[in-house]
Amino acid sequence: MKRGLNILVVGVGGQGNILLSKILGEVLLNTGYDVKISEVHGMAQRGGSVVTYVKAAEKVFSPLIDIAQADFILAFEKLEALRWLGYLKKEGTLIYSDYEIPPVSVITGAYEYPDVERILREIGVRAYKVEVKKLLSSLGNSRVQNTLMLGFFSRFLDIDEALFKKSIERNVKREFIEINLKAFELGRRIEMCEVEK
Amino acid sequence: MKMLLLGNWAVARGCYEAGVKVATAYPGTPSTEIIEAIAQYDGIYCEWAPNEKVALEVAIGAAIYGRRAICSMKHVGLNVAADPLFTASYTGINAGLLIAVADDPGMHSSQNEQDTRNIAKAAKVPVIEPADSQECIDFVKIGFEISEKFDTPVILRLTTRVAHSQSVVEEGQREEIEFEYKKDIQKYVMMPAMARPRHEFVEKRLKSLKELSETIEINKVEQGTQKMAFIASGIAYQYVKEAYPDAWVLKLGMVWPLPERLIKDFCSKFEKVYVVEELDPFLEENIKAIGINNIVGKEIFKLTGEYSPSFIKKAVETKEIEIPYKVEQKLPPRLPVLCPGCPHRGIFYVLSRLKDVIITGDIGCYTLGALSPFNAMDSCICMGASIGMAHGISNASDKKQKVIAVIGDSTFVHSGITGIVDAVYNGSDILVMILDNSTTGMTGHQDHPATGYTIKGQETYKLDLVALCKVLGCSVVEEINPYKINENFEKIRKLLAVSGVKVVIAKAPCRLHRRYKFTISKRYIDFEKCKNCKLCLRLGCPAISIKEKPTIDENLCLACGMCENVCKFGAISTQKEQ
Ligand code: SF4
Ligand code: SF4
Repeated sequence: MKRGLNILVVGVGGQGNILLSKILGEVLLNTGYDVKISEVHGMAQRGGSVVTYVKAAEKVFSPLIDIAQADFILAFEKLEALRWLGYLKKEGTLIYSDYEIPPVSVITGAYEYPDVERILREIGVRAYKVEVKKLLSSLGNSRVQNTLMLGFFSRFLDIDEALFKKSIERNVKREFIEINLKAFELGRRIEMCEVEK
Repeated sequence: MKMLLLGNWAVARGCYEAGVKVATAYPGTPSTEIIEAIAQYDGIYCEWAPNEKVALEVAIGAAIYGRRAICSMKHVGLNVAADPLFTASYTGINAGLLIAVADDPGMHSSQNEQDTRNIAKAAKVPVIEPADSQECIDFVKIGFEISEKFDTPVILRLTTRVAHSQSVVEEGQREEIEFEYKKDIQKYVMMPAMARPRHEFVEKRLKSLKELSETIEINKVEQGTQKMAFIASGIAYQYVKEAYPDAWVLKLGMVWPLPERLIKDFCSKFEKVYVVEELDPFLEENIKAIGINNIVGKEIFKLTGEYSPSFIKKAVETKEIEIPYKVEQKLPPRLPVLCPGCPHRGIFYVLSRLKDVIITGDIGCYTLGALSPFNAMDSCICMGASIGMAHGISNASDKKQKVIAVIGDSTFVHSGITGIVDAVYNGSDILVMILDNSTTGMTGHQDHPATGYTIKGQETYKLDLVALCKVLGCSVVEEINPYKINENFEKIRKLLAVSGVKVVIAKAPCRLHRRYKFTISKRYIDFEKCKNCKLCLRLGCPAISIKEKPTIDENLCLACGMCENVCKFGAISTQKEQ
């Protein structure tokens, strides 16, 4: 992985992007890379569109991931997957949650929530959908979508599972470690099915 | 051990290791975490101040007494603190004084994009600028050394991408440093007779700082293999390195005063040198001023917003970047909204229904009242401005125009109080609504004098806003419950007719604050009873959305019950349909 790894984590404020980025960043640091993570704070957290950048390489300079430079986009919300798609490399992969949070512009009727699957198919991007809603209700907790998605994503990286778990244990508040580990494992076991192009 | 650390946390770590004894701030994104992180260490006195001016004054006091001190703020906070800064530059310090100021290129959460280097230059104080988290730790220590050696406050300039990025650091040990206090009125009492020689001193100091800048190790030339050359500092340096890893770079860690000889020497080696800096052409203009003309700057790089490696490449090579996956369709924008359960929602719902009223806004979560679906705000300028502006508007219209000023509790303490004093003194007819959610919401739940808790969460004297406003001479001071929408509508309409400065304190704690417990009973919509009138959607609660009829997302609902008050058909209740 000499040329490095650029991961964009996108979603809606309050979905736990920043925590997930930290967990992921620590995993990559422990595999011997230089790592930088950049996050957005402030107004964007109030239900706005949010992105964090996780970069790993022998030496990382800019904490930003540029347009057309991401190896992976990890999207916690469908519409946000579309919004940030321009950041994906030609050979990059999109992993997105089927979770739908309509923005106020949709709720008030000014816009329509787009048909994400259709647009992705038309664009022809390599994408995996995770049926998060269903899986989360089987866990009985809605707040662990981030670690569930991480579990699924971890299979794309050639990194020891134990490193992920250790990083979760270190970064999640004690009372939530167990449920997050469960979510991670569940994510890791999901059947892989690529969205048809 | 190597670890990832946020830039702001790294500044805090640097302060701990540098033996800082006093740390003060008013919260402001992207600077907030600095003092929050320092508060986690024992042995450092740490506080939230009511505003940046007071914060800096506290830090100046500590430094003069002989203890290393830091004060942190965002760029607009430095405007508030400019008054003590300009004179502290004259008095100098005793133990080191560092002012960490975070600029926000791109305005991720700010009302303007000003460049701190300009104020620093005007105040004649040195500026150092780290480019990653490890440099944040190192530069804090270097900053204190400069401060003490040259008897000056030092500005540590950050930008959002350094303050809010995590990169790898190695932590060191704390060093205990103390200086003795010596009474010295020639130095610390700035009346004309004593200030005059201090101005001479400041000019001399600037000269010696210039010399330091020539040799200090944080200003360095990085050799390249390609005949391209750049001058950059801070995050712009990282972008340059990523875009052109083989180019020559003069990396400036000390960005004011500038190392003139070093720059001259560097520029003489190349036909053309690119100066890359976000915001103002500060380096560029000051480099041109020393007679160097083979530099390229703002004629190709923009004056606004954030840079990126590809932006720099594009500007230098005038080449477009290809985007492999383009979404042609215009996507629905996702602007920030008031959180589910937010007490401000009730107030803005009411305000959005008032006719012929001008509403002056202020800085905080409630600025979001300006956005859809409320559109209930006419202005937002700076901390504390809403009250003075309301007073101005009212008088400009010979008091014919009804004006309401909205302001948060934290902002009111920051700089709203003086606005009330002015309005009462000059016989204004305005309504001031203090949206009191018992915290500083926007920046992430910091305490302030009216919450009754210190930065360490210890109980302290609680400023009573009702009593205060009465003492200030307001004609009416009332507390209301923001969730009681219908009742409040009538009350506010009646109050608008009363003369004098009326204050309504809409009091309910931030729904997301851990300190306040709520008995949760979520609301549900009964499809049978729902007439699909969509009135509930006008609340703009993120938990309520519409498929065929409105529904409430159980995961998002924070059980405030406001929507139940809005529905005229009793379709919303705590009963879940079976
Ligand atoms: S306000 Fe009541 S009746 Fe109207 S759409 Fe909402 S739930 Fe239905
Ligand atoms: S759905 Fe109703 S009760 Fe729940 S948070 Fe929104 S307004 Fe409050």
